[in-house]
Parts: sequence; structure tokens; C-alpha cells
Amino acid sequence: MVAEIGFGSLFISLIVSVYGIIAAIYGTSNHQKKWVLSAKQAMKLVFPLLTVTVGSLIYLLINNNFEVVYVSQVSSLSMPLYLKITALWGGQAGSLLFWSWLLAGFISAVTLKKWDRDQDFLPWVIVVSLGTLAFFLVLNTFFENPFIRYWQVNQDIVQSFAQPAGGFIVGPRNGGGLNPLLRHPGMVIHPPMQYLGFVAFIVPYAYAMASLINGRSDDRWIQLSRRWTLWAWLFLSLGLILGARWAYDVLGWGGYWGWDPVEISALMPWLSGTAFLHAVLIQEKRGMFKQWPIVLIILTYLLVIFGTFLTRSGLLSSVHSFAASSIGPIFLVFIAVTFIASFWLLSSRWEKFKSRQELTSFFSKEALILISIVLLMGMLATSFWGVIFPNISELVTGAKVTVGPPFYERVAAPILGGMLLIMVICPLAVWSYVSFKHLGKLLWKPFAVSLLGIVLPILGGLTKIPAIIAFWLIAFVLAVNGFEFVRRTRLRRKSETENMFETVSRVFQRNKRSYAAMIIHIGIVFMGLGIIGIEFFQTETQATLAEGQELTLASYTMEYEELEIFDAPDARNVARAIVLVKKDGEVIDEIYPRRDFYYDSGQPVTIPGVRSTLLDDFYVILVDWKSVTSEGATFKVYHNPLVQWLWIGAWVIIGGVVVATWPDKKTSKVTKSAR
Amino acid sequence: MILNSKRTRWQVLALVLLISLIPLSAFAQGSDPTDDDVNEVARQLYCPVCENIPLDTCGTTACEQWRGIIRDKLAEGWTEDEIKTYFVDQYGDRVLAEPPRRGFNWVVYLVPVVIFVGGGYLFYRGFQQWRAPEPDRTVRKKGKSSPAPAKPSEDDINRVEEELRKRSQG
Repeated sequence: MVAEIGFGSLFISLIVSVYGIIAAIYGTSNHQKKWVLSAKQAMKLVFPLLTVTVGSLIYLLINNNFEVVYVSQVSSLSMPLYLKITALWGGQAGSLLFWSWLLAGFISAVTLKKWDRDQDFLPWVIVVSLGTLAFFLVLNTFFENPFIRYWQVNQDIVQSFAQPAGGFIVGPRNGGGLNPLLRHPGMVIHPPMQYLGFVAFIVPYAYAMASLINGRSDDRWIQLSRRWTLWAWLFLSLGLILGARWAYDVLGWGGYWGWDPVEISALMPWLSGTAFLHAVLIQEKRGMFKQWPIVLIILTYLLVIFGTFLTRSGLLSSVHSFAASSIGPIFLVFIAVTFIASFWLLSSRWEKFKSRQELTSFFSKEALILISIVLLMGMLATSFWGVIFPNISELVTGAKVTVGPPFYERVAAPILGGMLLIMVICPLAVWSYVSFKHLGKLLWKPFAVSLLGIVLPILGGLTKIPAIIAFWLIAFVLAVNGFEFVRRTRLRRKSETENMFETVSRVFQRNKRSYAAMIIHIGIVFMGLGIIGIEFFQTETQATLAEGQELTLASYTMEYEELEIFDAPDARNVARAIVLVKKDGEVIDEIYPRRDFYYDSGQPVTIPGVRSTLLDDFYVILVDWKSVTSEGATFKVYHNPLVQWLWIGAWVIIGGVVVATWPDKKTSKVTKSAR
Repeated sequence: MILNSKRTRWQVLALVLLISLIPLSAFAQGSDPTDDDVNEVARQLYCPVCENIPLDTCGTTACEQWRGIIRDKLAEGWTEDEIKTYFVDQYGDRVLAEPPRRGFNWVVYLVPVVIFVGGGYLFYRGFQQWRAPEPDRTVRKKGKSSPAPAKPSEDDINRVEEELRKRSQG
């Protein structure tokens, strides 16, 4: 019964979506407002409808209804409640449904906005949003139905949603359980964040398309979608970072980013989305280069769909592609149709969106932003090429090849360097025009301070030139931002008696976006520190130790105390080593690297033991591919300098976006009083 | 060749010592390579089944067997390159972290170069086109007579209007 309710609601939401699209088009072409309003109601309705569907599936998961194929694939009796709920996105059909549900939530929220001033946008925002949703609902209804059940017909077991003639429902006593790699707190939050980021970018795309269709080349669509864009960008960034954290904590290779094609497919919309965020600034501040944001948001939308396609279609087989299915061709058709439609529309409005394009100086803010967009696009093009090349090679030569980390790193390293250099100059540059002399005046002090970034590492014994350059750039960015903050605060201090904190908060409120950008860029620089730490200074070793034996790496020594092997209540066999971490002969920590073996799925997972500080991580894995006995165990040990800064940087970025999207009440008061 | 002079003999001895210090030749037949030695080679290889997971971290039985092969080959004195070639011969180019630089594979390396050179050139050309004259700030300072102001263009008027509209909205 619950399965019927769930599927029924899914099917009705598909019909409602299609109705909404037709009503919006009919209403706008015949100037009948009531049809557009009816379409708006339809867009509002899809969220509660899909909530019923999602609720039904969660109910089936929680109640161990293994007669439902999806439930039997991703859940098991022994799984704790929170994992049964997260199993919603642990497999193909469920994760597509989850995607649709989040999208429905976002587009329903869009309808809550006051549309009085923007009536001309409404029908087309509905068409684009519901069009995208309808596509995903078609996938769920006809190809990846999460409510299909097992039926016994005579002696055969058949999978079907509807009851076959003479069939009755059967189901296994227990399910296969969630992929053990996904049974981690990081996996509980990572996919929702990633998906939120993906679906949130659909809203600015819908506004952009509406603007194109209406031929409105002003920046109203940008104002309307600004907050959506920032949140989308934040969610996508968090999705990437949480994915990295999950890899670091669960995959057991001592790193956080392996240039896996699915990681790259999530990175690509982030790259174009970041470029879009910056292009928007030029249009808003200078009214120039109006075609750029449109091109970039189209690209971001297509890459969001492409990223979902790569993960879901089974085109790639990697750790992420735990689900493979036959929906690939339909996805490709949808991508092709949206690609052609978007760019055809853009080309038909190209002249209209032509705007003043002039640059007075290489060091003006708009020029620097354009350069950074070009760098991001270079990285994007290389990533795209690296991801699809194995398939091209297979088509042309018949042999598949691996395009692995060295390929991407060769491009990523100089681009990251270039971006850092731009981040040095950008806070000091102004819109329109800045002379090199003026810039030099502002730059020399931070430059002098940044030299510490060269001197200190060299004094510390560092000889790797690229690492020294990277440290210097990071010091330079931090110094520039620090000096600039102090300079601006001093300039705006009303009087000598004014409290410094008052000045800072006043200056912050008046120039919130600029400071938010500063904070976000500092967060990125912190993340840069983490990247340098692993890329240049990671060391590792592996050895088999008997109890009481020691192994030394970098300035740490680990002593293997003993091994405990026991069964955990959630049908998992745990082999847990007790390891003492020593520094200068003193025990400073005790860590527990372990290997969990899940009985229901028959798969092991290695969870590292980590001693973490701001300076470095001492990361110990109980190597799962060697037999673990009480006499001896094999450990792989990594020394990961500075990696903590990656996670700290992420928090700083979140702070920056919160500042950027904080409501403007106080600012408007100030503006009013200033007037 | 007869090593008759004392000097030549010392030179040969020094050469032998030097060669023995080269790490790749450290695994003479019968010596036992460490886990680190095995991982050093394994890190650069990918098994065809567990795509995108380097061999040194992969937990499957197949990958364990591959590492066993690497250990045996190192113990037999094979070099890193010889071992990599061995796996390529057996399973194809896909076991390497990057396509070997030959034939059609060159395309994967050349396209990013074309993207960057082409993109850089296009951007440079664009920059030249978009280049506007720097504002002349010396005129008024020196008190010279400035040329008669040009009539504002349609574009300028639009810009000002847009700016005004923005201000009234904000």
C-alpha cells in the first residue's frame, strides 16, 4: 500500500509538472495571466507531492520492506535507523528521487517570492524549472522506479511494480545493506550538500533563460538570482569538501582528492559556477561583458546535468559509480537538447546582449576578474577533456586508457598559482582604472611582509622551489588582505575617539560584499596550505609490526600495542589496533586504526587512526589487504603536513558566504541616513 | 681487459661501489623487497578492474596478487620500468596512470596545450580590442585648455540611465 502511495504521488507530480509547463506556455503566449498563476500553483504543489513519495520510500526502508527491490538492495536488518534513512540516496533510483525532491523544494521556494515586479520572468522560470524536474521524474517513473517489488509467478521471481497475473509478493528475509563505504557520517551529509549545490544552480539558470527569452538584457535576472547563486556555490563547495573529508576518513589512501572522474564531474560545475559568480560582478558593477554570465550559467547548468549523468549512467566505473543503469542514452539526449536550445536562444539574442566591453588597465578589477575566469575555464576544459578522453580513446583505438592524477596536476598547479597571484592584486585593484604606480604603492609593504613566506620555509630547511613559491604567494595574499583591511578601517574611522570595533563593524556592514569576498579568498588560501602540505610534503611508509614494535615516520613514532577483534552489534566484524603515538620518546596520543568487515555485504572498510594538529596529521591505516593476526599486523602510515588547514579553510569560506548573504537591513539604514 | 694498473683497479672498484648504491639495482636476486619498495611501483599502476584506484591502496584480491607479482619481480632484480612494461604487455596501456606518449594518445596531451595557447591568444586579442584609452588626468592639473567635450554617445546615455535605475532600486 505504501509503495502504491509513493509511486502514485510520484506519477501525479510528473503530470503536475507537465501541466505546469503547458499552462505557463499557453498563459504567456495568450496573455492569460490565470494560466500562468495556475502553473505557479503547480510548481508549488510538486514539493509536497514528492515529499509524500520520499516519505513513503523512507517508511519502506525503516520498516525493512525487503519485498521492494530498492530496499533489499540498499538496506538490511542490522543497519541503524539513521543509515536506513540515508539509504534513500544510497542507490540509483533513490538518489535520483532525492535529487528531484530537492529540486522540487527549491523551485517551490521560488514561487513564494513576490512576483509583482517580475511578471514577465515567471512563466519562463516555471517552464525551465519544471522542465528539468519533469525530466528527472520521467527517469524515476519509467526507468528507475524505486517502488518495484519482487513477485512470485509460478516458480519464477519477477520484478515489477504492478501485480503480474497470478503473482504474489515475495521478498528476502534480509537485504544486502548499504555499501559499507557509504556508512560514514561524511556520506550522510556529502550527497545532500552536493545535490543541493547542483539543484540550486538550476534556479539562476532558469532566470537567465527567462531573461534571454524575454530579450531583457538588464541585470534584473542577476539581482533575482544572486542569493540563489551564492547558496548554490556554497553547497557545491561544501559537497566537494565533505566528499574530500569522506575520502580522507574512509577510503584509506591518506589523501582527500584522487582526480577520480566522478570527483572531477562535481568539480566542473564548481569551476564554471565560480567563474559565473565573478562574471556577474563585472556586469553588476560596470554593466559590461553581459554575454559572459549567460554563457557561464548555461555551462554550469549543463555540467550539473552532465555530472549527474556521469555518476548515474554507469559510463564510468569508479568508487562512486556504485550504481549502473540504462538511463545513459536518455540523459545524453536531454543534455544535447538543453545544450542546443540554450545556445540557440543565446545566439538569437547575442546582439541584444552585446554591451560595452572596454578595459582601461590590465590591473583594473574587471581585467583581473576576466583573467581569473579564463584560468578557471582552462582548468574546466582540461578536466572535461581528461574525463572524456578514455571513452574517446576506446571509440577510436578500441583500447581504454587511464587519465590519472599526473595529467590534471600538471595543469592545476600553475593555475592555482596564477589564481593566487590574482588574489594578491585583486583586493587592491579598483574598478575601471588603476595605474601600476598606484598599485605598487599599496603593494610594497605587503610584499615586504610576504618575503617571510620565503625566508621562514628556507630557514626551516625547505628546498622545493614550487613549494617555496606557493608559500610565498599564500603569505602575500594574507599580507595584502591584512594591510588592506587595516588601511580601509583607518580611512573610515570617524574620529580618534571612535572605538576600533565600532569602526570595523560599521565598515563591514557598509561594504559587506567586498569583505565577504576577502573572507572567502582567505578561506581558499587556507585550503591552499592544506593542498601544498599533501602535494609537496606527504611521506608514507608501510611495515608489518609485532606487538610492542615501533615504526618511525617524520617526527612521530608509533608503537603497536595490541589488536582487538570483535563483533559489533550492527553485523560487523571489527579488527581494531591500539596504537601509541610518540614524539621525542613521549607518548602523546593513542589512536585506533581499524578494519570493519560487514557480514551482509561481505565488504571491508578501513578506518584510519589519526593524530591531528594544525601542523600535521599522523595517519595510520591497518592495511586491509594483509592478514591481521594477533602476532603481527601491517600498517600503512602517512605523515600529512598542514592538511588541517584544508578543513579550516572550508569553515572560513562558509563564514564568508554567510556574511555575503546576510540580510541588508542595517546597510539600508546607513544608506538612508547618508542620503 | 687486464686490470694491470693499481689505479685502474681502484677505478673499477669505485664504479662497482657506485653502481651498488643505485637503488634500482638494490634488489639482487634473493634479496627481500620491503613493502615500501612494492608500494613505490604499485602507486604508479592501476588494475583494469578497480579503475581509478591506484594499486598500492586497492584492497581487492586481484590487486593483492599484482602486488605479489611486483614483490617477486623486484626480488628477481627487475627494474621499475621493466615491471611496468610487464603489466602493460599483459593488460594494456590502461594500467598506467597516464596514457603513454605515442600514437593517438598524443591527442590527450596536445589538446590542453591548444586550449591554453589558443585561449590565451584569443583573450589577448580580445584585450587589445577592449582596450580603452587611459583617463587623461594630467589635463586639468596643468591648466591646459581641454578639447571641447564630445557629444555623449547613445551607449553612454544608456549606461548612465542604467546606473541611475540601479541606484534608485538599491
